This record gives sequence, C-alpha cells and structure tokens, in this order.
Amino acid sequence: MSDPVLYMEEPDERGRFGEFGGRFVPEALIPACLELEAAFIDAWSDAAFIEEYRTVLREFAGRPTPVTPLLRLGEHLGLRIFAKREDLAHTGSHKINNVIGQTLLTKRMGKRRVIAETGAGQHGVATATAAARLGLECTVFMGEVDTERQILNVFRMELLGSRVVPVTSGSRTLKDAVNEAMRDWVTCVADTHYCIGSVMGPHPFPWIVREFQSIIGQEASRQLADFGVDVPDVVIACVGGGSNAAGIFAGFANTSSRLVGIEAAGGSAVGNGSPGVLHGMRSLLMQDEFGQIEEAHSISAGLDYPGIGPEHAHLAQIRRAEYYAIGDEDVIGALRLLSEKEGIIPALETAHAVAWMIREAGGALPTGSTVLLNLSGRGDKDVAQVQAILHAES
Amino acid sequence: MKSLERDLRAVRATGRKLLVPYFMGGLTNDWIEHVEAAVLAGADAVEIGIPFSDPMMDGPVIQEADLRSLTFGTTLDSICDDLSRLDAAVPLIAMTYYNIVLHYGLERAAGKLADSDIHGAIIPDLPLEETGPWIAACDGADVASVLLVAPSTPPERVDQLAARTQGFAYASARMAVTGQSAGGGDGERVVASIRRTSDVPALIGIGIATPNQAKEAAEVSDGVIVGSALVQVILDGGGSSEVEALIMGFRSAIDS
Repeated sequence: MSDPVLYMEEPDERGRFGEFGGRFVPEALIPACLELEAAFIDAWSDAAFIEEYRTVLREFAGRPTPVTPLLRLGEHLGLRIFAKREDLAHTGSHKINNVIGQTLLTKRMGKRRVIAETGAGQHGVATATAAARLGLECTVFMGEVDTERQILNVFRMELLGSRVVPVTSGSRTLKDAVNEAMRDWVTCVADTHYCIGSVMGPHPFPWIVREFQSIIGQEASRQLADFGVDVPDVVIACVGGGSNAAGIFAGFANTSSRLVGIEAAGGSAVGNGSPGVLHGMRSLLMQDEFGQIEEAHSISAGLDYPGIGPEHAHLAQIRRAEYYAIGDEDVIGALRLLSEKEGIIPALETAHAVAWMIREAGGALPTGSTVLLNLSGRGDKDVAQVQAILHAES
Repeated sequence: MKSLERDLRAVRATGRKLLVPYFMGGLTNDWIEHVEAAVLAGADAVEIGIPFSDPMMDGPVIQEADLRSLTFGTTLDSICDDLSRLDAAVPLIAMTYYNIVLHYGLERAAGKLADSDIHGAIIPDLPLEETGPWIAACDGADVASVLLVAPSTPPERVDQLAARTQGFAYASARMAVTGQSAGGGDGERVVASIRRTSDVPALIGIGIATPNQAKEAAEVSDGVIVGSALVQVILDGGGSSEVEALIMGFRSAIDS
C-alpha cells in the first residue's frame, strides 16, 4: 500500500512546490535567503521560539480569533456558514500573524531593521505595528497611487514610527512597491530583513509566510469541532498573493474539504495568467505575449497583484484547490449584505469571497453545504471608498 | 570556449582594459547610431538591454529607460531587427530578465541572440541554482551565459560562479542596484576572489559613474561596465556626439 499523498508540506530543497516557486534573485541576495532559510528551520523547531511567537500572538495580537456562525446570511443563502474572524486580530486582518513571526525571526538573526511592501496598507500597518512592539526600525514601500488611495494608512504607519516611501516607478502600485523593497534589500541586506507580506517571493518566503499563517487553519479546525463540525464541505478565502488563503487551507489540505480561492477578476493570475518568473518566484502571472508583466486592476488594493503565491499555482495545477474570479461589480453588494445580515463590515478583499458564496449558493455551493469563510480583514480602511462608490451610483 | 570569451581574452592579451558601455535597446530611434558612436570612441564590447516591465536589479535611470523603451513597443525581436543595421565589429552582450527569455523560449531566445551576433547574455535574476536550463540553451548557440559575483558572495560560491560563468565574470562593485554610486566599492575584493581560482576575464560594474571610478576599477580588473551614467545622457536627450564624448572620456581615463 502506498503512502497517502499529503498536501501543503515543505517545498523541495530548491524551494519548489511542484514546478512553481524557486529562488530567482540576484546573487547578492542569495546569502540572505540562505541565512533566512537556516534561521527559520532552526527557529521553527525550537520550542522556545514557537512559544514566544504564540505568546505575542495571544498577549498582543488578540489570538485566538473566534469562529462566528453566520446564521442570518446562512439562512439567506441556504448554507451553514462559519467565519474565521481574522478581522478581529490586531490591526484588523490576518497580516499580523506573519509579521509577528518574521519580526521575531529578524531579531533572532540579529538584524535591526525591517522593510515591507504594501498595497492597501494592511501589511504595512501590521509590519509597522510589530516593528514598534519589538523595537525595530521600519521602512514601508508603497506605490504612490496607493498612498493616495489609502492616505489614512500612511498616517497610521507614520504614527507607529515607520517611514513610508511612496514608489513612483512603473504602475506605482503593489508590484512596484515589491520591486523597490527588493532594491532596498539588496543595498541594506547586512542589517535589514525584508518582511514580505504574502506567500510569494523567493524561497523560503512562500513557505515561511504560509507556516506563520497556518495558525488560522489550525485554530479554525479546532474551533469548528466545538460546533460539531468535523470537516467543512468547503473552505473559502480571497486570494491576492494568497497568504490568508494559504493559512486557512493549511488546516484542511489533508481533509476532504474543497479549498476555494477567490481572486479579483482584474488580478486573476490563475484564471488569466501563465507561468513566468517575477519577484523571485516562478508562478502564474498576468503577462503579455512578450513576458511583460501586466498591471492588475481591482477595486481592492490588496488584490491588485498580477501574480499569485507559487504554492497556490501548484494547488491549482494539481487541482487540490479551485480558484475563481469575482469582478468589482459584485463586491460592494456582498460587502453590504454581510454588513446588514451579520453586523460585520468586511474588507473589500474579503468581500470577494463573500460575493462568490452569494453567487454560487445553490450552484457550485450546494444548498445545505457547510462552509468555512476566512474573514480575512475588516472594512474600516475601505469605508470612505465604499461611500464614494455608493454616492456616485445614487 | 565560447566566442565572447575568446574575443575578450584577445583584447586583454594586448594589454588593453575592456570598456563595455550599456545601451537600452530601442530607447530612441537612433539607438543603433549611439552604439556605433560608442564603438568609434573606444568601446571594446557593448551590453544591450532588452527591456522588462519589472527590472528588479536596476536603479531609477535604467528603470526609466526600460519603461520608456517599452512604450515604443520594443521587444527582443525588434532589438534583433535593429541590430541588423549595426555597423560595428565588437562583441555584443544582452542584458535582460529571466521572464523575457523564458517567455520567448530558452533555446529559441539563445538561437535568436546568436543569429543577431549577440554572443553573451546577462540575466541578473538567475542565480547559480536556477541557471542550468538557460546555460544549456546557451550552450546550443554560442551564447556565453555571464554570471554575476556580488560583494556578499561567500568564497566557495565565488569559486563555483567563476567556474561556471562564460565569456567573463561580472564583478558587482557594490551591494546595490545599478546606478547608485558612493565611495570606492568592493570591486577590487570581488575580482580578487574570482582570480583565486579562475583567469576568466573579470569586469567591474554597478556604480561606475565617472571616468575616475572607471580608471580605478580597471586598474584592479580586466575592465569596466558603464551603464546608468551613459543611459542618463540619452534619457536627457543626448545624441551620438554626446555618447561619443562620454565614452572618449572614460576611454582616456582608463588608458591613462
């Protein structure tokens, strides 16, 4: 009898998940990637480090986050829905899980400074927060377009003692912020850790970030048992780079649950992408016939990324997870419905996953299904934008 | 030995230091004339950028050149077409990012470069562990796969890079992206680390912005690569005469 196939295990020694992943960075960054890999392997097998990580998450970040049954929305859609409440984590999204892990790792490596890229500002705010808590210097790179869209998050990061650098190159959005952070890292790698915000970038980042986010799935799995749910029929999460999805999928990858990732239609790397190499990884990317990377366009800055984490590309290829796209037009209605039915205003990113549930209830989501939704972030940061959109429509 | 390395070794054997300017392909209508002007002014080989939307290893000057060239519809094919007009007999080396050749098809890209008399290629986002398929493609087409050595590269890895690089070794003078320049840099140390095990030509690049920096770098290596300083002149509207003057300045400093 052959061993069962296990999903979401460690990547191979070259950092590959199947044919995706790898380490496509300049030679100058190779020593830093190797150092990080060694430090993570060492830390992640050190009970004291894991205890410290969990203690900070508990005492500072508000974990464990609850699982909330969404009774009224469930009745409306004919589904049994549970929401994993990452919106209740400190700073308002799952991003804090990863940055606590990476900033602790930064200190363990003896580095004094972190840098981060950010789109909507969630990862930037989370990194600035963790850096303040742990006494690290922090610089956040943010596309100039996004600094204008998310001006309050820029101010939050500055209040937290971080420097925000508006990136004026290229499309002036998330992918350009990643480029600029990489450039800074090449220059300052001796004392600086690049705290990547999603399951992307060169090996070992996709693996490290997934491991630090997997606490979402681990907690949810335990918490569902309290509701008498052994295994949900479907686990749903929105996907930009894919860190919240990777985190919740990790708790259910080796169960019978369907895993569903929802991309923004204007940033659909699985739906519209093809294999390529960007930002240190081989993955699925939105690109033209010459290999030039296309700009993603989404109502939510956090899904405005033309690629996807390599492990998601792999899970899509082997069909362990399914990925679908939701257009901007369905997102606001989903945000309103969740707000009105459940008293939870979700982030626009999260609203994509809600929109898919609404669209597919009774279809791809058979009536009566038990669904676990990763409620990855709260919508406070998006309220002004939603107000402007609704005002323009009325 | 590939033709690029043979050609560069032949220049070195005459006692001359190599001067390798970088041009962004397709940046202006007359970019081929800029290349010709540089060769007339004393360039020994020319690096030709094939633009990419996300040039991670490049600073602001080359980034702008990438994006401006792309707005003109520049592609690997269009650059090769333009080069059929080039009237200059020096080695040509392509500089681009992996996604461009990956998308073109590795073997097809290497073949296309060789057919266009480009006998070397620098792909800065391909480190040693990932470069195998590209080297295999280059081996089928007399294209030298040029590898970079960084100031942060540990000694045993320098040895591996020196053994596997083709054409020449690109010694990065700084822990920086292209165009940044302050202080002397680590070029001398990087070249010395390459020389411990290899006599492959070693050129210093990244942050060589002035003739004086070029002179100092050339004294401890086989030559220099000049990129952003030159591209800036072209972005500012400079033409062949400005290119010629700039390259002559570097040439005379290196030769003095």
